[in-house]
Amino acid sequence: MAMLEVKNLAISFGGLRAVSGFEITIEKGQLYGLIGPNGAGKTTAFNLLTGVYKPDEGSIVLDGVNITGKRTIDICKAGIARTFQNIRLFSDMSVLDNVKVGLHNSNEYSTFTGILRLPKYFKTEKAMNEEAMELLKVFGLEEFAAYNASNLPYGQQRKLEIARALATKPKLLLLDEPAAGMNPNETKELMDTIKFVRDHFDMTILLIEHDMKLVSGICEKLTVLNFGEVLCQGDTSEVLNNPEVIKAYLGE
Amino acid sequence: MKKLRKETKNNLITYGIVILTYIIVQILVATGNMSSLMQGLLVPFCTYVIVAISLNLTVGVLGELSLGHAGFMCVGAFSSALFSLAVKDSFTVAPLRFLCAILIGALSAALIGFLVGIPVLRLRGDYLAIVTLAFGEIIKNIINAIYLGIDGNGIHISLKDAMSLGLSEDGRMLIKGAQGITGTPHDSNFTIGVVLVLVTLFIVLNFMDSRSGRAVMSIRDNRIAAESVGIDVTRYKLIAFTISAALAGVAGVLYAHNLSTLNAQPKNFGYNMSILILVFVVLGGIGSMRGSMIAAVLLTLLPEVLRFMADYRMLIYAIVLIVMMLFNWSPDAINMRKRLMAKIFPKKSQKEEA
Repeated sequence: MAMLEVKNLAISFGGLRAVSGFEITIEKGQLYGLIGPNGAGKTTAFNLLTGVYKPDEGSIVLDGVNITGKRTIDICKAGIARTFQNIRLFSDMSVLDNVKVGLHNSNEYSTFTGILRLPKYFKTEKAMNEEAMELLKVFGLEEFAAYNASNLPYGQQRKLEIARALATKPKLLLLDEPAAGMNPNETKELMDTIKFVRDHFDMTILLIEHDMKLVSGICEKLTVLNFGEVLCQGDTSEVLNNPEVIKAYLGE
Repeated sequence: MKKLRKETKNNLITYGIVILTYIIVQILVATGNMSSLMQGLLVPFCTYVIVAISLNLTVGVLGELSLGHAGFMCVGAFSSALFSLAVKDSFTVAPLRFLCAILIGALSAALIGFLVGIPVLRLRGDYLAIVTLAFGEIIKNIINAIYLGIDGNGIHISLKDAMSLGLSEDGRMLIKGAQGITGTPHDSNFTIGVVLVLVTLFIVLNFMDSRSGRAVMSIRDNRIAAESVGIDVTRYKLIAFTISAALAGVAGVLYAHNLSTLNAQPKNFGYNMSILILVFVVLGGIGSMRGSMIAAVLLTLLPEVLRFMADYRMLIYAIVLIVMMLFNWSPDAINMRKRLMAKIFPKKSQKEEA
């Protein structure tokens, strides 16, 4: 069974049909790319998948569970985590705490326990600290654990956002333009990170990207969106050589 | 794990400052070096410190603006004073009675805070400021209009006048409209006040350094990202705001049991008071509990200390406000402070740089 199965997804804002007839099927462990010109509806599709917008039509099934129209936090609990095009960290919190917020739903104790410092507080906090540090170590961020998130360099902030998303223990990771604003070296490093995340966490990844080097370098399959509709779908090399895609992207 | 230790250390310093202040004040009182005017201010200090910490939880940690914290104080003050007055004769163990009064004050303020929060905290933007502003005024005016008495037939409430209660001969008036509540037992003192300050600090500091506190701060920093990692935004906003309201209620209880006559005036529970509490928080540093405490004490003390200057009192008060603002928030002042700290504690700052 596919990890993510989206059928005929559509949403309109007023008279504008931002996304229509969006279909995508992602197998477990796949690295899937979503590309398209600016304004094609890629981020809107992400927002539909994560429940920021409720779709007008269509269905979203994650690992056999229908999550269509659910709230963002329920979709997160069901197993979709994401990063954002413009980085959204908890900027006034420490790097470690950023990841610990990601662990919020997997390590529970009540507000009451937290205030009174009952034994469960210390036990859970210790487990959370260890788990968070382990994640930070994977991304080489452990030495920055006590830093304010906003004081990290740009590339590290991207990594921290991925680490935080992974802390929610997702089945599917959505990356919205992870390489935006990165220089070629950083992009290269990012590609390795993404591949590593897929292998190390056995993760299924869907990413939006404009950097064709990154897309052709790591994505196994691609879907191309244009004007809110799927233009073409298939293996990366086939799609990138498709004349229609070249026309939509590069002009004639 | 170095960071954790740093936070614990910071919290311990805050508790230490409170305890040290308490000891110094007690020594001053015992050796007769404190005027009776100052001694009379000790409990109000504690009241304002508690309410400043409580508002800092809303403003600094939750990142929402409340302009009606005096209203929550008012709820706590009147509900607890009503209780204490009603059971004054039958319940004579003062500390235990005061403990019950605190619980009642905190719970009723928490309940009101919760009810105000349910509709408002679902919204984004500055709605909480607007609604709490209105709430503070409404509470004050309602309490000014209530007449409440008790007799053999039970409790009588009227919003008109004392006569319309129709109390029987053995009845007692508890709330007399604009005259408020008189005869509240004088159950609070400085020691109890300091204990309450410590308890408030304990609750707020522990809350901030817990799973729920992190959730609340993540909402403050980035609501959309918080939702995306599965934080129930409305729930955690409500939790923080309810705790904040409950603590403001506790401040009200302390306030009420320090006075024999309690009435709701603009001066103590009105808009001005709410703004004054906000001034404590902003000047002390948003998010810094220690700063709020110091600002609350300084700004309560100042008008009294300057009393001998009569005419220039408010002028100097205003200047101090501006200077404190610059000292806390101007980038130049912050740099200067850092340099000074580096000179005074060279070792510590080196470690921070490394």
